[in-house]
Amino acid sequence: MEEQDKILNDVTQGEYKYGFVTDIETDIIDKGLNEDVIRLISAKKEEPEFMLNFRLEAYRKWLKMKMPNWAYLKVPPIDFQAISYYAAPKKGPKYESLDEVDPELLDTFNKLGIPLEEQKHLAGVAVDAVIDSVSVKTTFKDTLAEKGIIFCSFSEAVKDHPDLVKKYLGQAVPVADNYFAALNSAVFSDGSFCYIPKGVRCPMELSTYFRINAANTGQFERTLIVADDDSYVSYLEGCTAPMRDENQLHAAVVEIIALDRAEVKYSTVQNWYPGDKNGKGGIYNFVTKRGVCRGVSSKISWTQVETGSAITWKYPSCILMGDNSIGEFNSVAVTNNHQQADTGSKMIHIGRNTKSTIVSKGISAGKSENSYRGLVKVMPKATNSRNFSQCDSLLLNDTCGAHTFPYIEVGNKSSVVEHEATTSKIGEDQIFYCNQRGIDTETAIGMIVNGYAKEVLNKLPMEFAVEAQKLLQISLEGSVG
Amino acid sequence: MLKIKDLYASVEGMEILKGINLEVKPGEVHAIMGPNGSGKSTLANVLAGKEDYEITNGEVVFEGEDLLEKSPEERAKEGIFLSFQYPVEIPGVPMVNFLKTSVNEHRKHKGLKELTAGEFLKLMREKMDLVDMHTKLTNRMVNEGFSGGEKKKNEIFQMALLEPKLAILDETDSGLDIDALKTVANGVNALKSPERSTIVVTHYQRLLDYIVPDFVHILYQGKIVKTAGKELAFQLEEKGYDWIKSENGN
Ligand SMILES: Nc1ncnc2c1ncn2[C@@H]1O[C@H](COP(=O)(O)OP(=O)(O)OP(=O)(O)O)[C@@H](O)[C@H]1O
Ligand SMILES: [Mg+2]
Repeated sequence: MEEQDKILNDVTQGEYKYGFVTDIETDIIDKGLNEDVIRLISAKKEEPEFMLNFRLEAYRKWLKMKMPNWAYLKVPPIDFQAISYYAAPKKGPKYESLDEVDPELLDTFNKLGIPLEEQKHLAGVAVDAVIDSVSVKTTFKDTLAEKGIIFCSFSEAVKDHPDLVKKYLGQAVPVADNYFAALNSAVFSDGSFCYIPKGVRCPMELSTYFRINAANTGQFERTLIVADDDSYVSYLEGCTAPMRDENQLHAAVVEIIALDRAEVKYSTVQNWYPGDKNGKGGIYNFVTKRGVCRGVSSKISWTQVETGSAITWKYPSCILMGDNSIGEFNSVAVTNNHQQADTGSKMIHIGRNTKSTIVSKGISAGKSENSYRGLVKVMPKATNSRNFSQCDSLLLNDTCGAHTFPYIEVGNKSSVVEHEATTSKIGEDQIFYCNQRGIDTETAIGMIVNGYAKEVLNKLPMEFAVEAQKLLQISLEGSVG
Repeated sequence: MLKIKDLYASVEGMEILKGINLEVKPGEVHAIMGPNGSGKSTLANVLAGKEDYEITNGEVVFEGEDLLEKSPEERAKEGIFLSFQYPVEIPGVPMVNFLKTSVNEHRKHKGLKELTAGEFLKLMREKMDLVDMHTKLTNRMVNEGFSGGEKKKNEIFQMALLEPKLAILDETDSGLDIDALKTVANGVNALKSPERSTIVVTHYQRLLDYIVPDFVHILYQGKIVKTAGKELAFQLEEKGYDWIKSENGN
């Protein structure tokens, strides 16, 4: 124990590599929220009428809603009037050519390991880079366009493909779905839009990289992915934020629509600034992610590695409408120091022969609280449906907490729902075994934790998996005691 | 190589080692025998640096340096290898990754270049030849689902990879069938050299037919109560521990 305590003190606690601030001119609107602010956002984005109406409807509903308090989280009161709802790098909303991009910005993304120069980029990944409220650059757009794939910022989609946006926006996450989704619907600034036409297999990974830079702003981005009949796409999302002493709110919405036999894989590595080791600062991450398997035999899978944020409130879900459709949720959630996470999934079985799996691996360290919360609901008509849920918790010490809140409702007799849960403490014997082979405790913990999370990490696309493994190790530095 | 002087160790306030004295010179093989619960594994763990044990008295000098000062991983890298009585499973961690990390930590310590994946695989094949263990275990997760015997063989294979100066084999023979016992013993013998020493903890004389000890010690109630040549193991096999117990006042 002594040795481990020493390591705990020695290591500069889970150093956050992405905590720098970029010095760019930013266009920020005044703090506060009211209908004028919403009109201003909509006007700045030159939106058509239907978008403004969507926002106003959401805002009016939001005013009547209350912040949810059912999660196992201690959320300090959030003053929604103290947040600025729009911040954008000044040089113009979107860069067609890289020469126009502020070198500071290019440099920012380079530092984050997300080069925006296509030739430098990881082969086979197209990126939409979003900083604060706006998308600054989307790579490989032309290559994708040849296949009829639309991959662009949400703002551009509203301008160039209003019919698609109008048709699908709010279909998976209705405006007033929940408090944070309503807030997002009212004020969201940008995000990514993706449409894969019938029969097309997207030839590369699509990814959105979110970066919060400005202070005292909230980030509210919105992603909409539509996979038409017989199409396939794999989508990645990454995010980071500067280290700041005050908390910042991030309330995103991701909607996925999968039509007949379409498949969408959505992977997230969430690494928002978690706050310092005393619990100061960090992102409040309230996110609504939902996919609708609208078509027959369609499939949506969510894979998430959550290491960041001071507070995480997030339940990527699948609504399995089409017969034989499949939903998957694979999650690794790490909490350290004073982080709190309440995360899990909802699987709603509506169509017949629908299948879902939930694999959740929680890892808690420091004084953190880590909860799994899940709902599996099988509607009466969803005959012969199946769910398997596996929720494991790994504790790295005695001061952290792990909790499991599974809710199961089965409405017919031919369906089977299975739930397994385990809680274990990281084995001192395992650490000693590694030590005895010359491997130090830090590395040993990284190895053991990665082994524990392997089933989920294996679901990530290659480049992401490597990144995620390193991230797990860094997040837990100095965490055993 | 190793000098243990008047070593006392306790766990949770309970004294388990009560004045151990032992000297191991380069190239020697020492067998430690003794009834269950006498402190054999405790001694092995204390030498390897397990933190559960509190050293209340005594010293251990390894290669001229104070061993008890060092962390478990330093001890390992300086050449102490413990073949565990109960090797633990580490689910999800591939054996190959584990071994490669281990070998490279040792190499870094010696100021050698780390091995690439290719070089490491080559080394693994060489060592498999050396100890004649062509196992597929390296394709699996660390000890996960290994049979008792497989775990023990795997320990010896790791020993071959790491080439320790002092190997401590804690009941490596228990749970092995006759063929496996020979394989393990041959493995140990293949690694024998005038510089390398071995401490074999065992309950059975049988192993000592293959790994021939220079000394046999009997550990009883936390003390070495008898030391002799390999014939002592035969005596124990014949007479059990009663005579030791009565000689020591029980
Ligand atoms: N971590 C521990 N916590 C509590 N008691 C311990 C611990 N380690 C050892 N002991 C106790 O110390 C005594 C000696 O144990 P040890 O494992 O060293 O015996 P051994 O000689 O190896 O026995 P065996 O032949 O059964 O392997 C036993 O009574 C054991 O229960
Ligand atoms: Mg023992």
